[in-house]
Amino acid sequence: MYIAASRTSDLAAGTDRKPALKRVSANVLALGAVSLVTDVSSEMVTAVLPLYLVLGLGLNPLQFGLLDGLYAGATAVVRVLGGHLADRWRRLKAVAGFGYGLSAVCKLGLVAAGSSVAAIGVVLAADRTGKGLRTGPRDALISLSSEPEALGRSFGVHRAMDTVGAFLGPLVAMAVLALSLGSYTSVFFTSFCIAAIAVLLLALFVHDRPGVADRTAVSLRAALGLLRQQDFRRVALWAALLGLVTVGDSFVYLVLQRRWDIAATWFPLLPLGTAGVYLVLAVPLGKLADRIGRWPVFLGGHAALCLALVLLCGPQAGLWLGIIALGLHGVFYAATDGVLMAAAGPLIPRDLRATGMAVVQTGQAVARMLSSVLFGLAWTLWDLRPAVLAAAACLAAVALAAALAKPVRP
Amino acid sequence: MKKIVLALAGIVLLVAAAVVYTVSSRHDTAEAGPAAQLTLAPGQLFYRDTATGRVGAVPLADPGAKPQLSGLKCDRFAVARQTAVCLAVKPGTLPAVTDVLVLDGGLGVRHTETLPGTPSRARVSPDGKRVYWTLFVTGDSYAQTGFSTRAGLYEVDTGRLVKTIEELPVFVGGKRYFAADVNYWGITFAPDGNRFYATLGSKGKTYLVEADYGRYRGKAVRENVECPSLSPDGRRVAFKKKVGEGVWRLSVLDLGSLAETELAETRSVDDQALWQDDHTVLYGLENAVWAVPADGSGTPRQLVGGAASPAVTG
Repeated sequence: MYIAASRTSDLAAGTDRKPALKRVSANVLALGAVSLVTDVSSEMVTAVLPLYLVLGLGLNPLQFGLLDGLYAGATAVVRVLGGHLADRWRRLKAVAGFGYGLSAVCKLGLVAAGSSVAAIGVVLAADRTGKGLRTGPRDALISLSSEPEALGRSFGVHRAMDTVGAFLGPLVAMAVLALSLGSYTSVFFTSFCIAAIAVLLLALFVHDRPGVADRTAVSLRAALGLLRQQDFRRVALWAALLGLVTVGDSFVYLVLQRRWDIAATWFPLLPLGTAGVYLVLAVPLGKLADRIGRWPVFLGGHAALCLALVLLCGPQAGLWLGIIALGLHGVFYAATDGVLMAAAGPLIPRDLRATGMAVVQTGQAVARMLSSVLFGLAWTLWDLRPAVLAAAACLAAVALAAALAKPVRP
Repeated sequence: MKKIVLALAGIVLLVAAAVVYTVSSRHDTAEAGPAAQLTLAPGQLFYRDTATGRVGAVPLADPGAKPQLSGLKCDRFAVARQTAVCLAVKPGTLPAVTDVLVLDGGLGVRHTETLPGTPSRARVSPDGKRVYWTLFVTGDSYAQTGFSTRAGLYEVDTGRLVKTIEELPVFVGGKRYFAADVNYWGITFAPDGNRFYATLGSKGKTYLVEADYGRYRGKAVRENVECPSLSPDGRRVAFKKKVGEGVWRLSVLDLGSLAETELAETRSVDDQALWQDDHTVLYGLENAVWAVPADGSGTPRQLVGGAASPAVTG
């Protein structure tokens, strides 16, 4: 019943257009601010952790990479659990807040862990758990705080603010390292303080579930029932299928580096290039998705990635082609990350919003992880360029099929 | 309004806490005691003091003696003859950038190279004419958080710099080997200054590569050998052998007979071993420098605590 209602309002979108920021609710802006500050905190740790492990503790980072991959898989389960508990207790803000809080405390854990590798492993696992727990409820809050016809814009604004934080993180870490004369624990402690600010902002300015909730029972059965709903199941399935043929970031950067012979000093600028394009385009593409439909924009993002892959493997290796490919990679992110949540949101009953979003995200994340393994294998067997071309072909085929299937109608 | 005041108060408090912590850790890392003037005179054991990051030295014959700490800060340190090399990560650089300092007999800086990456291994050739290093580099890796290694060298007398030996033509099983994910780490030169060994890592395997510097080509001579270190007589290689995921065992390989001997150290060692002489191998483990006989007999003995990256002057 509810789904049908929201879809009609989706169809009515695009007729009246108010100025951008007025249509984004204060709650979304508050959540955006929380994400921005949290990302400053987490990215500063990400930036120094490799240095800390190798220099501070004398670890072999090759081994640590393996461990990290393991955690990524484990948090998939936590993500759905977080979404489900948030729906069940009707406390989206509380569960998201717990996730943010857990990650914040983990920064102190890094200070306390000292040189114990086992303790650091435990702390990093807990940090990932916090991230997994909070994502579903947070996106549900954004979705529930927005008018259905402006979902794309809301997610665009949120993701853009998030990206600003990711930009600032390494800069803050550098400043702390310079100020403290290279003390890693200072970076961790500062990261904790910044994460605590984010939790404070969440507690003070984010409102829990605005509007009246439908009184349907939120049981495990109802959550599983989501997958019986055809519309939702189709979106989740297609998102996962597309995830399976998506080439991971590090591989894209690797191809860029190999073909364009980019000096190692410049290499870290590649992710910044992607993030920059993402930052600039997140809001415009979100708005575009509201106007012309979220699924076409989502698929358009995949088409951009496909084009980027073809450019990367084409016969020409001019500088401009590399820059265009990197730009298209940013377009891919801007057109898919928030837009998918905007597309899936209206298909999920309000009471199950956090669970449903977590399910879609988890499916996509697991598929992308699997894709990394498969791509790594193809690369080893066939070498880099054939593997990239094969991936581009698979991506084009699945995206075309998804365009024909049209799992989201409006 | 009340909320905004509360938020501002909280932010001010937390920012103040961060600044106080950061500034106060400046004092922790500050110098403790005056720096001693060290030279590369024979009979010394050099190491990195892990508390201060400074290079220290004790007499090799009496490692329990009161150590002398220099003013030099390094993450890895190595010596041979009248040449030393110090790898020091530049503070406040992200991603990390490392200064490779080539030092003379009085630990004065003769030459500096600045390269991307995080210090991992450092060595000086037995003739003191080349310094070489391995750096970890983020970015061109296969896992999101993975690393790759870059091993390079510098000729002290000619000033020639080889940023990475990745382009070394290498033969595995008699065939020229090509792969996109080739990594090298842990170079070690023979006393003749031409023959050298290194680890080649690719597709989940590691090989001991024996190479000719003059002809610039190499061949894989054995599998599962990491961080080789050639003995002073040039006939044996001490290395770490992978016995499990993230677990290495120190072993010695006789290059003539290809016989392998596991050393008495049973803990996992992740370091490039260093030959003190033809009979004893040194390594860093658990925040200390250890020695163990090279023939598999005896037991490990701790030489210096709070130390890493051992180097000896013979």
